[in-house]
Amino acid sequence: MFDWLEGLSAKLVFDIFGFQEKSAIGDALHFFIYDTIKIFILLVTIIYLVTLLRSYFPVEKARAYIAGKHKLTGHILASIFGVLTPFCSCSAIPLFLGFLQARIPLGVTFSYLISAPLSDAVVIALLLSLFGWKIALLYVGVGLIIAIVAGLIIGAMKLEKEVLIAVKPVGNIHYQENETLFVHRLKESWEYTADIFKKIYVYVVVGVGIGAFIHGYVPADFIAKYAGGDVWYAPIIAVVMGVPMYSNAAGILPLVEVLTSKGMLLGTALSFMMAVVALSLPEAMILKRVLSLKLIGIFFGVVSFGILMVGYLFNMIL
Amino acid sequence: MKIEILGTGCAKCKSLEEVAKQAVAKFGGFHEVKKVEDIVEIMNYGVMSTPALVIDGVVKSSGKMLSVDEILAFMHNS
Repeated sequence: MFDWLEGLSAKLVFDIFGFQEKSAIGDALHFFIYDTIKIFILLVTIIYLVTLLRSYFPVEKARAYIAGKHKLTGHILASIFGVLTPFCSCSAIPLFLGFLQARIPLGVTFSYLISAPLSDAVVIALLLSLFGWKIALLYVGVGLIIAIVAGLIIGAMKLEKEVLIAVKPVGNIHYQENETLFVHRLKESWEYTADIFKKIYVYVVVGVGIGAFIHGYVPADFIAKYAGGDVWYAPIIAVVMGVPMYSNAAGILPLVEVLTSKGMLLGTALSFMMAVVALSLPEAMILKRVLSLKLIGIFFGVVSFGILMVGYLFNMIL
Repeated sequence: MKIEILGTGCAKCKSLEEVAKQAVAKFGGFHEVKKVEDIVEIMNYGVMSTPALVIDGVVKSSGKMLSVDEILAFMHNS
């Protein structure tokens, strides 16, 4: 699909700039130019399509749909809607309270709150463009399972009193669809995509830049040989490192791709990506206004454990 | 008219407030623009994604930025 781009980049680096083929610097530069442009094209296209699709699933609609469902069905639906609806961690609080208002159980609410950031549009776009649709699908599937199971566990712990704001239940949750013209959706999705792109492109360039350096200068089995790609504690390190890295997910994924090609196991890579995306300190700070530290701690603990299990499972079977 | 901007203090909420003030200036006459940051008050409107725009107690839009023209259109219709 991108052969033309690869040829173009090779022509530019080796013919026009005159770098020697197979030289480390030439290879790194070629990789950088090719990868950056390829990722930019894919990012914009995929984010745009995902945003457009999600404009049909506002979270208010999801809430009306989940409310009053049987418990297990609720967990499954909430996790799936987490993938389908647009989500911004800045509105995590109204969302959280809005779910409780509709008498949706705490555990089901958490299923949604775990699933939504995991399938962030940028992350899905990057996974598709860097790792292909199989890994992207695997990631989304595993994310759903973690969201369902972690939500079930949190729900079983009876932590309702750890919510710091008294929520008044609302009797009738109904959703009034606002008619939006298709052209408007196209325009709004485009504005949103441009907005996201402006925020992340620098991280992508830096991430690909470091990746290009590793690609050109670090030998292929470096990680496996020196950092121990298959040591038992690799997923633990991946999760611990991933939590504080939230805002840079866009820069980290290109790096992870290069690291897997240099010997990092895929399970470890998945753990790392999920920890970067699902557990963010900024989100914890926001949630602290309505949830007790204990509940936030349990939330992070359960999700970390789930992500860790995924890492071990995939290191074993892939 | 009473125009309320619901938002818990995100960057977009502040810009929506600015845009709303511009829209009111363009519309003419005196209309109150109020920023609502209290989460309980926001919940009472049934809004789950911020920023949201409320005119005379009716939620007109939620979860997105609006342009001056879009807000003007809402004002003309209410």
